[in-house]
Amino acid sequence: MMKKILLALVLVFSTTVLFAQQTFPVNGSFDIRPGLYAFTNATIVVNANQTINNGVLLVKDKTIQSVGTGTSIPKGYVVIDLKGKYIYPSLIDAFTAYGIPEAQRNAPGGGGFFGRQSVFTSTKKGAYGWNESIRPETEVRTLFTIDSKKADDLRKTGFGSVNVVNRDGIARGTSAAVTLNDGKENEVMLNDQTAANYSFNRGTSSNDYPSSLMGSIALLRQTYLDATWYKGQKEEYNISLDQFNKQQNLPQLFEADGWANILRADKVAKEFGKQYIIKSTGDEYQRIDAVKATGSALIIPINFPKAFDVEDPNEARNLSLAQLKHWELAPTNPAVLEKAGVKFALTTFGLETPRDFWTNIQQAMTNGLTEKQALMAVTEIPASLLGISDKVGSIEKGKLANFLITSDNLFKSGNVIFENWVQGKRFVVNKMDVADLRGTYSLNIDGIGNTLLKIAGTSPGTMAAIERLGPDSAKTNATFSRSGDWVTISFNLKKNPVGDVRLNGYISNNAPITLGGDVLVNSAPAGYWKGTFKEAAKEMPKREEQPKAPGANGPLIYPFIAFGTPTLPAQEAVLLKNATVWTNEKEGILQNADVLLENGKIKAVGKGLSAGNAKVIDATGKHITAGLIDEHSHIAGSGGINEGAQSVSAEVRIADVINSEDVNIYRQLAGGVTTSHILHGSANPIGGQTQLIKLRWGKLPEELKFAGSDGFIKFALGENVKQSSAQNNQRFPMTRMGVEQTFVDEFTRAKEYEKALAVKGNNVRRDLELDAIVEILNNKRFITCHSYVQSEINMLIHVADSLGFKINTFTHILEGYKVADKMKAHGIAGSTFSDWWAYKMEVQEAIPYNGKIMHNVGITTAFNSDDAEMARHLNQEAGKAVLYGGVPEEEALKFVTLNPARILHIDNKVGSIKVGKDADVVIWSANPLSIYAKAEKTFVDGIAYWDIDRDAQVQNTMKTEKARIIQKLAESKNAGARTQRAFGERPPRLYACETEQDYWAEQNQMEGEHNHE
Amino acid sequence: MNKYISTAIALFASASLAFGQANISPAKPQSQKIVVMGATIHTGDGKVIDNGYLMFDKGKIIGMGDATVVKLALTDAKVITANGKHIYPGFIAPITNLGLAEIESVKATIDDDELGENNAHIRALIAYNTDSKVQATLRSNGVLMAQITPKGGSISGSSSVVQLDAWNWEDAVLKKEDAMHMTWPVTPRGRGGFGGGGRFGGGATTAGVDPNERTNAAIAELNRFFAEAKAYHEATPAVTNTRMAAMKGLFNGAEKLFITANGQKEIVAAVNFAKKFGITPTIVGGDDAYLLTDFLKSNNVAVVVKQPHALPNNADDDVNMPYKNVAKLANAGVTVVISIDGFWQQRNLPFMAGTASTWGMDKEEALKTITINAAKVMGVDKTTGSLAIGKDATFFISAGDALDMRTNKVEEAFIQGRSINLDNLHKQLDKKFSDKYGIK
Repeated sequence: MMKKILLALVLVFSTTVLFAQQTFPVNGSFDIRPGLYAFTNATIVVNANQTINNGVLLVKDKTIQSVGTGTSIPKGYVVIDLKGKYIYPSLIDAFTAYGIPEAQRNAPGGGGFFGRQSVFTSTKKGAYGWNESIRPETEVRTLFTIDSKKADDLRKTGFGSVNVVNRDGIARGTSAAVTLNDGKENEVMLNDQTAANYSFNRGTSSNDYPSSLMGSIALLRQTYLDATWYKGQKEEYNISLDQFNKQQNLPQLFEADGWANILRADKVAKEFGKQYIIKSTGDEYQRIDAVKATGSALIIPINFPKAFDVEDPNEARNLSLAQLKHWELAPTNPAVLEKAGVKFALTTFGLETPRDFWTNIQQAMTNGLTEKQALMAVTEIPASLLGISDKVGSIEKGKLANFLITSDNLFKSGNVIFENWVQGKRFVVNKMDVADLRGTYSLNIDGIGNTLLKIAGTSPGTMAAIERLGPDSAKTNATFSRSGDWVTISFNLKKNPVGDVRLNGYISNNAPITLGGDVLVNSAPAGYWKGTFKEAAKEMPKREEQPKAPGANGPLIYPFIAFGTPTLPAQEAVLLKNATVWTNEKEGILQNADVLLENGKIKAVGKGLSAGNAKVIDATGKHITAGLIDEHSHIAGSGGINEGAQSVSAEVRIADVINSEDVNIYRQLAGGVTTSHILHGSANPIGGQTQLIKLRWGKLPEELKFAGSDGFIKFALGENVKQSSAQNNQRFPMTRMGVEQTFVDEFTRAKEYEKALAVKGNNVRRDLELDAIVEILNNKRFITCHSYVQSEINMLIHVADSLGFKINTFTHILEGYKVADKMKAHGIAGSTFSDWWAYKMEVQEAIPYNGKIMHNVGITTAFNSDDAEMARHLNQEAGKAVLYGGVPEEEALKFVTLNPARILHIDNKVGSIKVGKDADVVIWSANPLSIYAKAEKTFVDGIAYWDIDRDAQVQNTMKTEKARIIQKLAESKNAGARTQRAFGERPPRLYACETEQDYWAEQNQMEGEHNHE
Repeated sequence: MNKYISTAIALFASASLAFGQANISPAKPQSQKIVVMGATIHTGDGKVIDNGYLMFDKGKIIGMGDATVVKLALTDAKVITANGKHIYPGFIAPITNLGLAEIESVKATIDDDELGENNAHIRALIAYNTDSKVQATLRSNGVLMAQITPKGGSISGSSSVVQLDAWNWEDAVLKKEDAMHMTWPVTPRGRGGFGGGGRFGGGATTAGVDPNERTNAAIAELNRFFAEAKAYHEATPAVTNTRMAAMKGLFNGAEKLFITANGQKEIVAAVNFAKKFGITPTIVGGDDAYLLTDFLKSNNVAVVVKQPHALPNNADDDVNMPYKNVAKLANAGVTVVISIDGFWQQRNLPFMAGTASTWGMDKEEALKTITINAAKVMGVDKTTGSLAIGKDATFFISAGDALDMRTNKVEEAFIQGRSINLDNLHKQLDKKFSDKYGIK
């Protein structure tokens, strides 16, 4: 109670003193202090490159007056002797939410964005932009309030100033740098506009759009274009765009989650001539070269994962290789960045408590981070990123008196931060002049008798143990706390007495140190105690030991997930000998033939080829086909496959969200797939732009892309686009009738847009959505349209005819057999399922003979998956064209090879075994249309990304590696590391056409769960 | 007003479309002795007879053997020559909502999932729609029988085994209430989020309730219910309880117990639970069963596995693990049955057995997983599930290997001796439009 009153007094008092604002009136007499301090005999670490021994630091009010050696100290200064102690510039955190109220995140509704009311344009009042996630008008300087508790936590860790970011929205407005002084907001501001802030996260915006990562990227892109347009127009007043423009000269700070998003953010930056500073999440070591190539300065957390508790083997089994390896390698991240020469700052962001900062930074240093870089990453670098180098970041004349007084080298374990001075104001973290209590004491406690007390730990003592000798001998650790001269020691001896013993007391004498005070047994007064110093500490009680030096770390793997390997399989010249070769060319199926792969291409096909330098693989009894091509796939995408918040989302691009770390890539290689067409889903009539990829397992997202291929776009008809399964659909269209008008309207507008663009001098607002439609009209982008029933298929053909565009492909097209003549007449291809039906109303007349009929009518026909599982045996789906309708085997195989290649306009590169085409081939154990066929090797560009024998080795390596790390985890727990439950990863979301989710609502809810765990 | 009328008309129209195949009638009883000569007979219990004969009359098999040595009096019999062709016992689709669901996304057509946790009294058979257009599409791939099974709740109710050529559920039934189905409570693994919720994930986490405690409470409730239900049948009960009354067959052996359990711990717990009540259960799902083969064998527990054409549960799992799982269990000596989730999907059942064979087992052993093993776990193996004298003449003739889509070609099929119509909606639409275009 007394303590609380004291604390309150201190607060009131200090506020009054500090209140030295020129414009503020004072109630009573002014109390302005000179604030003259001289710190002598200190080791002054001026910055990471300069240290002054036996130095003097003079401080006047808020600023550093001088720093050096042999300085004579003018009169009027309070002199503080820091002999043996250190002075460091106080630390700077470049990314915090300090002093900003936590944003209220929208919980996802029952069914993604279908669960809530549709909000198309912002509900925010005022002359702002249409989408609330673009909120550059937000200024931290107007939102910021001092948070004494958080400031105290951060100061205790050693921080003196921070950058404050309002983490809400895609364009988030300006951040501000403040000191961690208390007092009034007016006094702590260092830079009221440190940066313009961005992210991909929609945040609290009530707009439905964007509901996906690719939607966010598209919106950001469009915003850059809108802002440029805005400058040259007079029709619209828009605060958001105005602010956006005004902030373009500030540093641009982007919060991105992980290396893949660093690459995505940087790509947008480069498109618009920007360079972002990127705050990421600490997995950059996984793709350090790509991260470095962005040239971005980074802000990196050090919230390394806690050790998993692996005591229950059943639970440990849940842990994935990626989780285990990340646990082991995350602490290497700062060192990896340093070695690569990436400029980066470290942040406390994401730490459970700022106190973990030092433990983790030491862990990073154990893993190779140098002291110099560590110091720079929390002083000079953030200061320069935030434009506050003139004020903080080093101990120099004229800068703010923001510095730390420490017992030792700041980065040494056992160092104690004594004081943290902020703007010339002293904050005591640990008392400097306290006696070192460590040692052994003879202790006399009323009712318990003579015992020994051992106080140990870091100076001046942080832990204790009690030992009773003699017949009742007992030994126990005690909790020990100290506040100035006051000490409290609690322990339980189990018997004599039974119960908790608490000793409250104080230092009553300094030489020898004598402690004494009241005894409480089970909270009841039980007399007095007295302890007298006997000898210096010999052995430390065993608690909170530093974990022992860990064993060597395992290698990085690519991709960073199961079946990733330290090195990728190489391209080599290979001669596949003596196989049954399904050429898909006029040569047909060749018996006992050879295929030569060289430099990623098919070099020769025929009998008795000579190997030359090529490695020979005996394929006797095997079948060789071109790699399978999936016209309709949704694997390898991040952050949602549908941007369904609007009925047209032609502006979004799957190209922006390719995920190279999806295990389904490997699984499908194991089924002979080499090329996949990754489509936007079917939530809206005009969906997003698609991306063709090759399954180059282990390569970067950009490297998966099929070079030089034509662009496609997803359209959709029917139940999905009219949202038949939605409880409360508010989005147009709701009927097939409305679907038609959506197309008519969009293409009509696109034509007018194109005309307007062509007029010289017009300031036409560039519209990425209409740009894509214009591309379609000009045959530069091609439609693949999700479709089911004949009426709607017929409709789109008519719309296309009347508006002058072409339909390249009907995908799914389960009633294609009913309109095959019309498709044929229009040269439209069909990519369908082999045998799916009855899963919804519009497939009640879907028949497995569909493929056969379309094929026989003369339509280029393919079978696709739309399903991560089915794509693993597309060859057998093709086999069903034999089962249902007796399609000749050679033609049936083309349904999943040459025909999709034709449909995708890549048949000049892939789809058949032809000299000069890409060496994308599969070796099958049996006839590829048979259920008994296994893909034994799958080559992409002549590289065997799938090899059934190597796979067995990779699995063994994985097992060994996991066992090794689990052993390390067990040791780390025994050594006292904090642990977390061995939860497995969330199963990765599998996308199909119909997967509708509000990605951001889910993300934000997950973050919320983590924060409140 | 107008809108409602048109909706009603639309519903009516679609309903008649959905359930109408008026020209495919169930076959009449066998009127004449029939002998199939010269085919390769796959008996379904592991044997193969090359160039065999199969003779059946009044719906039952009366002769089977080597056609090259046998001397048959064929004067009163119809002879089917099937040289180079294959005979298989009718395939059995376990645990399916066939006939309980017509269009997955149309609620009005779904009758497979009753409200409530304890649905011991629920019987699938009476909702089984013989006029669904789906059965005919399964028969033409060789699937001739199915176990019609309810889902939902902790105890879902009783399935029945039916044959797929019938006028109504009464004459479809092969075994009424063959098994009670329940799901072993499981604590969701990992933290909420995707895949954590839903029927198969153990339900979304309710705020404030420890998921482990909830699991324990559910297990305690199952124990109590089984104990009370068992006692209920030992004397004349004072009050009638339909749920407990429905449990009778479990305790007197007339009905089997199927328990869905996937994790190692759950499987062991489920088996031990059943044993406590004197029941040998069948495990359904059994993702981790491969880790427990000795335990399962020593307890004589069969496993109905999920379809091999499935993705591995975990990123780290062998990418081909679902393909290999059946062989792994079967080769270790466990009785395995293959299931497929859903109803229209059942026409792919033969190929699931084919896949099992590709990835590590003999074809005839793989065949057992959709024939005799299925019949055993459903308790219908005395009359069907394999080809043997005295058993039902439920089989089909395929031009080639029926486990492979490349060669599966069902030319004739018999259910209890009746030669069934192999036409279906899909063949009819094929013909209709092929005729339109003048193609074959």
